[in-house]
Amino acid sequence: MNIIVCVKQVPGTNEVKINKETNTIIREGVEAIINPFDEYAIEEGVRIKEKTGGKVTVISMGIPKVADLLKETIAVGVDEAVLLSDRAFAGADTLATSYALSMGIKALGEYDLIICGKQATDGDTAQVGPSLAEKLNIPHTTYVRKIEEIKDGYIRCQRLTDDGYEVIEMPLPAVITVVKEINEPRLPSIKGKLKAKKTEVKILTADDIGADKDRCGLKGSPTQVIKTFVPEHNVVAEMIEGTAEEQAKKLAQKLLSMQFMKAR
Amino acid sequence: MSCINIIAEKCFGCGLCVSACPFNAIEVTDKKAEILDNCTLCGSCVSSCKFNAIEFVKDEEAESSGLSSYKGVWVFAEHKNGEARQIAFELLGSGRKLADDLSVPLSAVLIGSEIEKEAEKLFAYGADKVYLVEDESLRLFNDESYADIFVQLIKSYKPEIVLMGATTYGRSLAPRVASRLNTGLTADCTELSIDPEKKILMQTRPAFGGNLMATIICPNHHPQMATVRPKVMKPIQPDESRKGEIIRPEININSNPKVKVVDVVRTLYETVNLAEADIIVSGGRGLGDPKNFALVEELARVLGGAVGASRATVDAGWIDYSHQVGQTGKTVGPKVYFACGISGAIQHLAGMSSSDIIIAINKNPDAPIFKVATFGIVGDVLEVLPALIKEFKAHTA
Repeated sequence: MNIIVCVKQVPGTNEVKINKETNTIIREGVEAIINPFDEYAIEEGVRIKEKTGGKVTVISMGIPKVADLLKETIAVGVDEAVLLSDRAFAGADTLATSYALSMGIKALGEYDLIICGKQATDGDTAQVGPSLAEKLNIPHTTYVRKIEEIKDGYIRCQRLTDDGYEVIEMPLPAVITVVKEINEPRLPSIKGKLKAKKTEVKILTADDIGADKDRCGLKGSPTQVIKTFVPEHNVVAEMIEGTAEEQAKKLAQKLLSMQFMKAR
Repeated sequence: MSCINIIAEKCFGCGLCVSACPFNAIEVTDKKAEILDNCTLCGSCVSSCKFNAIEFVKDEEAESSGLSSYKGVWVFAEHKNGEARQIAFELLGSGRKLADDLSVPLSAVLIGSEIEKEAEKLFAYGADKVYLVEDESLRLFNDESYADIFVQLIKSYKPEIVLMGATTYGRSLAPRVASRLNTGLTADCTELSIDPEKKILMQTRPAFGGNLMATIICPNHHPQMATVRPKVMKPIQPDESRKGEIIRPEININSNPKVKVVDVVRTLYETVNLAEADIIVSGGRGLGDPKNFALVEELARVLGGAVGASRATVDAGWIDYSHQVGQTGKTVGPKVYFACGISGAIQHLAGMSSSDIIIAINKNPDAPIFKVATFGIVGDVLEVLPALIKEFKAHTA
């Protein structure tokens, strides 16, 4: 089975701190990482390949530096890495991103399944997966927690819902986006790391994939960010003192008086 | 094309903009800042520069023709088991205000099977019209067939704004529809308003796990589409006497879609689901032992709320992933959120900081959770929880 996994480079957000004076995010020393949700997508792709044979290709869109991160995925079982990199792709919103990815994927040839992480941790939009499926005119399922069965031209998977899950069947090729419940990503092997070192990431430009530059990057993006600001977290907690019993009593009274909870 | 320019004479390579950039898209080489290809034109760097060396050159694009033929505000009336969900009323609440500001009608799109009765509720909550599409094959939400119908409706009736819930279904349907129409879509908005001059939709949403807010517009494409975070918008006071018009559009329904929902499994032990709960009681590592989750569950039961959990407890296998609140779990916004023994990592805060009232119970007075809390209790969660259960039982008995 030919599996394509879409990945995104995001800032490692664990160290996010706010500079109160300039109202901006302090980013010093924050390294770029592969979007954590995409790690589950990669792992799932590799697991399917190990069962059915075939190959796993990762694809990303970004600046040339992203190639270094893509290389790392070879160490966990990915066979090929492709990076779409071109000035024309800069400033893309989710629509322009899905368009570019769809053109890149078409340029790669035949595929059975495309796997994306449920969302990226920088933008948190969760839109590229479904939008990409639409651009490729194939079905999709989001929030997949388990693949029950996958074979030629068919997949049955479980989609996480608010109060349980749904079992969904689709013909392949299709797109799924996965949640972290789906698997436990493996660590890179020594052998894999050596292979990664030797692997070249294929870099493709807009022209290479035959993309219409008017539909890429900023030009192809209907949405525009007009303002960014740091939300105010200037709530000062009202501390409730006393023994556990006293604290409980005081808190209950406060909540009841605010009518968020009614005494029945 | 819009762009960000560094004015070379004014730039001293101080690097303030480098740290201000949320996207790592600025580098300083030879004491001059340089904008890299991954710039998203967010403009954060412009205000950070002390030397006025960065300018945002805005593109005065000609108004796309034909946009004026798009009129009206639409919301997707999501339903479950044949009943409109709370998110539909929240969207109507927000949509009502937008429609009034634009002096246009507010409509709801209701797709399902034997679902006409729900239209009355949608009118009561502010809809002027309901576009009703019924077919047995549409009883359950289906990405493919719902998207097909939605696209046909938008093409025939041309609304200027379309809102869907940032729910499991809305976040799957909306990008599919927007992508087919080649229009813009803004995810998970927490604030919507109309620009009084340009009459366009201003969409504000959190990014970077809530550390940064961004206001986004879609000026030259219609409809302007957004998904809206549940529990943030307020429904209007329902008025049962309010009447509206039901429209049954003539459209093609593909009753045999490629995507098939073959089973719906409800996780039985949950009585109230996180996304819709008014009260959530969440437990963290401070509980010390998985069996102590029983206290969290009991308080939730007494209050009629749902049970949440921190990532640490889910990763440790104390509780199922479906309970996880935070960036890698669910985003919630209840009226009251109890964080019991949760220190409040930024990823957790990203998933719950839009709650109206946050109650933090933690042994460590310096835990970051207290920074977002409305009420703080410093103490042992294993002592405070039983006391709270006892106290609320007395009030709700």
